[in-house]
Amino acid sequence: MLISDIQTVLPEIFLAVVGMGLLIYGVFIGDKSMRQVSWLTVFALITAAAMLYVFGSTGEPEIAMNGLFISDAFAHYAKLFILLGAALAVVMSVDFMEREQIIRFEFPILILYASLGMMMMVSANDLMSLYIALELQSLPLYVVASIRRDSLRSTEAGLKYFVLGALSSGMLLYGCSMIYGFTGSTNFDAIAAAVAAGGVSTGLVIGIVFLMAGLAFKVSAAPFHMWTPDVYEGAPTPVTALFAVAPKIAAIALFSRVMISPFGEAIEAWQQVVILISILSMALGSIAAIAQTNIKRLMAYSSIGHMGFALVGLAAGTETGIRGVMIYMAIYLFMNVGTFAIILSMRQQGRMVEGINDLAGLSKTSPGMALALTIFMFSMAGIPPLAGFFSKLYVFSAAIEAGLVTLAILGVIASVIGAFYYLRIIKVMYFDAPVEPIDDDMPRETKAIMAVTAFVTLFFFIWPSPIVDGAAQAASVLFGG
Amino acid sequence: MVIQALAFYLFAGITVASAVMVVSSRNPVHSVLFLILAFFNSAGLFVLLGAEFLAMILVIVYVGAVAVLFLFVVMMLDVNVAQLRQGFLQYLPIGMLVGIVLLMELALIGGAWVLTPEIEAALGQPIPPVTEVTNTEALGQVIYTHYVYLFQAAGLILLVAMIGAIVLTLRTREGVKRQSISKQNAKQRSEAVTVVKVPTGEGM
Repeated sequence: MLISDIQTVLPEIFLAVVGMGLLIYGVFIGDKSMRQVSWLTVFALITAAAMLYVFGSTGEPEIAMNGLFISDAFAHYAKLFILLGAALAVVMSVDFMEREQIIRFEFPILILYASLGMMMMVSANDLMSLYIALELQSLPLYVVASIRRDSLRSTEAGLKYFVLGALSSGMLLYGCSMIYGFTGSTNFDAIAAAVAAGGVSTGLVIGIVFLMAGLAFKVSAAPFHMWTPDVYEGAPTPVTALFAVAPKIAAIALFSRVMISPFGEAIEAWQQVVILISILSMALGSIAAIAQTNIKRLMAYSSIGHMGFALVGLAAGTETGIRGVMIYMAIYLFMNVGTFAIILSMRQQGRMVEGINDLAGLSKTSPGMALALTIFMFSMAGIPPLAGFFSKLYVFSAAIEAGLVTLAILGVIASVIGAFYYLRIIKVMYFDAPVEPIDDDMPRETKAIMAVTAFVTLFFFIWPSPIVDGAAQAASVLFGG
Repeated sequence: MVIQALAFYLFAGITVASAVMVVSSRNPVHSVLFLILAFFNSAGLFVLLGAEFLAMILVIVYVGAVAVLFLFVVMMLDVNVAQLRQGFLQYLPIGMLVGIVLLMELALIGGAWVLTPEIEAALGQPIPPVTEVTNTEALGQVIYTHYVYLFQAAGLILLVAMIGAIVLTLRTREGVKRQSISKQNAKQRSEAVTVVKVPTGEGM
């Protein structure tokens, strides 16, 4: 191990050490330090994001730790949005947790370690580091899902997530062992070389399919989505906000890296599987969401649908496709964080409400919130000129370029069906009579997050280059260019 | 060679037989005991393969910790086996189906066993041959050097598991009397003991 290795992994080491420091601080001060620990966690996450660009400026692939870890523009891009998503979730949680009397200083620290696991996921260059990172990401998330340990629904959510997560890890490991057996290595570069030299054998295909099943569980793509609605509904809302963004970005980025970098030559083996789960997710996300009355469940189905759209880009298997995936995830982050900022503030006389009907007449009682939610819903439905339209445009055009016209058409149909339930929320807000007004006491930070994400979603088309150029650079690195 | 083959069949046979007993015995305590037997014989198989470190770990971790923990839980909880078994027949067809699919997949792999030409070069790294160093020593040589990243990450996972267990189970109960050493040491004689002069024949 050299000094340059440590420098490459420095943001991760920094987060791990800060997490331990905060843990000691929290143990000494007790649960009343939660607010301080939360803000320090946010600060640490932002510092780690800054370190990515200070120490890994070029974006050229740097392989460290004996080939287990890779740092490149693709990893930087994904990590930036992962850290942003996690930091925003922590900011939104501070006030909520205090109001709901869930005061545990470990909560932000667990999120910090989950973010560390996600960063290691997108930097994995070996099946072993992939698995270890995936576990480091999942384990804290199981715990935070059931952080409200006196609530039956919250503990059920955590348990369900844990059991199904363990099952998916098992499938993933089985796939990894098959791949190791048939290529003789766990290193991505060595696997790529073995695939290029020896072709794709049946055993390798089985391995890839099992690996994909495990990863599809992590991105909650159909048919591995069963846990999503229950976990989203049962977990406390800031936790759901975290689940909806950061782990999804990490898992999709990992999915893309695994498919393109070691198995780029074996595209015939995995392309049809990605197409299938993409179609299933889009269809399920748009159809099953229609019957939902709880907004958190609705967001769960919506995120399943969005994962389907993002996978359209991966199914193309081209550089423009991966660029589309990365743009999609970045915009998805802004839309979702904004929406959850609003869901977090849905209170009637101090108690949380989660029904879609509780939003009735929001345009009259709190017009600002209604306007922001309208922007997010129109954007998720994919209505131009909002950001959500462009993210879909990039993935669909990549699919058409790669000759997957049917997939693109199915995607457009699913997005039209999905528009129904997004528009229904807008209808409820603007045209239904208010039953009981939503409290108008949104915390300052949440309000700021809502405003900024709405601004980004609305005006993305004016200056898209930071997101689009970054994604283009990330995709080109993955294809070795 | 004959002795090795005999030992293999002995260990493998007992492993399979006790695995069957784990799922079929009526008493959960017996199941756990058979599980321990299965672990021991698997450890024997590892020794035959020359992987003595794995064998010892299997005995220490699985038998010493995991199985004993199982036993503890089984004895602590009142598991009603009859109730657990109610669905057994109902799940049998689907379980058989899954088993058959897995078996066919295994057969498929066995039939299509092709190794890539690079495997020779890849397999040699980074562990030296068994004849030169024992595999415990070989593991020790790479775990803090070659695989330090994974080793530390695994340590973080354990840390997170520990935090999680504390977060989910630790409750600070009201009214529990705790020992406070500083308070005990700070205590003066004057506040703990009073000397009373008792007049003779009158009592207190």
